Amino acid sequence: MKEVHVDEIISALEELFIDANYNLSGNVCDVLEKAIGREESPVGKEVIRELITNANIARDEHIPICQDTGLAVTFVEVGQDVHITGGALADAVNEGVRRGYQNGYLRKSACHPFTRKNTGDNTPAILHSKIVPGDAIKITVLPKGGGSENYGEVRMLVPSQGKEGVRSFVLDMVTKGGPNPCPPIIVGVGIGGNLETSALLSKEALMEPVGKRSDNPEEAAIEEELLDAINRTGIGPQGYGGTVTALDVHVKVMPCHIASLPVAVNIQCHAHRIKETVL
Amino acid sequence: MGTPQEGTARKVKMEIRRIKAPLEVPVIEELKAGDKVLLSGYIYTARDAAHKRFVDALEGGGTLPFDIVNQVIYYCGPSPALPGKVIGAAGPTTSSRMDAYAPRLIALGLKGMIGKGKRSQAVKDAMRRHKAIYFGATGGAGALLSKSIVSSEPVAYGDMGPEAVIRLGVQDMPLFVINDIYGNDLYEAGTGRYKR
Repeated sequence: MKEVHVDEIISALEELFIDANYNLSGNVCDVLEKAIGREESPVGKEVIRELITNANIARDEHIPICQDTGLAVTFVEVGQDVHITGGALADAVNEGVRRGYQNGYLRKSACHPFTRKNTGDNTPAILHSKIVPGDAIKITVLPKGGGSENYGEVRMLVPSQGKEGVRSFVLDMVTKGGPNPCPPIIVGVGIGGNLETSALLSKEALMEPVGKRSDNPEEAAIEEELLDAINRTGIGPQGYGGTVTALDVHVKVMPCHIASLPVAVNIQCHAHRIKETVL
Repeated sequence: MGTPQEGTARKVKMEIRRIKAPLEVPVIEELKAGDKVLLSGYIYTARDAAHKRFVDALEGGGTLPFDIVNQVIYYCGPSPALPGKVIGAAGPTTSSRMDAYAPRLIALGLKGMIGKGKRSQAVKDAMRRHKAIYFGATGGAGALLSKSIVSSEPVAYGDMGPEAVIRLGVQDMPLFVINDIYGNDLYEAGTGRYKR
């Protein structure tokens, strides 16, 4: 059986959170470049140009993309043929977060819900782990800012509300957020499962590559319809008005209870920071 | 920039005004929602936890940690500065969390607020009544905005970490006027213009 020592996991987490916060992920800059062409508002175009300049400054001058370096959302897929040695997985993840946020000069944004006392090291991580086939450990980090996370919600729709109910819920959330979640946004929608599964699906939806349609035709159709509707709201970049309110929408659908129609909306800002590695 | 604005101001070039902080009323009177400005001078950071302490201090008969008359507050909790740097990333946070406290500070002489997102009617009313203005900085452009910050000194509440109050020296900080003293709102006007 393959062994992975927790020190490897700690180092991976530290590097991933630093990398994510300084280097805008994969194709987001390309997607922003293309969005300039689609944006009709001159102010909107200027805002998108600022965002591209911002990403370049962050990378070249080593300044975080955004001061809100997020809660440390971490997905770990552990192959069932891997033996983790040297300690507990959750402890290793938290230690990696602690080191990444300290050594990477990232803002620590975790606090007690009522006293608001900062935990001081951005732990606990928001850890989602899954046992999967194989002998590898895949780690994905998604440092998630508070401004966009605040405009997410789970709603238990009545089954008869169907797709139209989903559409009006998503538009309601986007409109309610307006400028606050830092548009142009990316929208994750989880449909089905139950209360907590729909929420998790909506987060997993955000992890899909920006600009890529779902392979599932039903999901892809909903994605296209929602993206079009969101971009007709007029909110635009930063909410200053425009035709690019969302860069993308990702939808995940799974079966639910015969009595239910759970739907979760998770909004991501344009600073879509996501990095992964495989051990 | 020099790009033409849409709508009523279509024929007018987008002018960029340089303004100074602390703010003077005659300058505020000339600013309109949608204007782009470059702000230089000194401003203070404060997020909701600091605002709560401001108001608690006032209610306890105390004073604010700085003279608020004509000042500008930036709703910002920067990331830590790397060695040799003035500050880390320093973009705006969502302003609505400060709405519960802002009218009281505006009544005491606060003239400008920098943040992102919509304000409550109570804040907008206080802005009109006392001639204060609300600017938007680009949310999520923390690296870009940090380039306009030339100095940083702690003022109060160091125990709150990223939520401490800091006095920032700024040079040509890029901002848009969101709410002016005439009741105009860039968010409402802009969204209305592009809604399909």
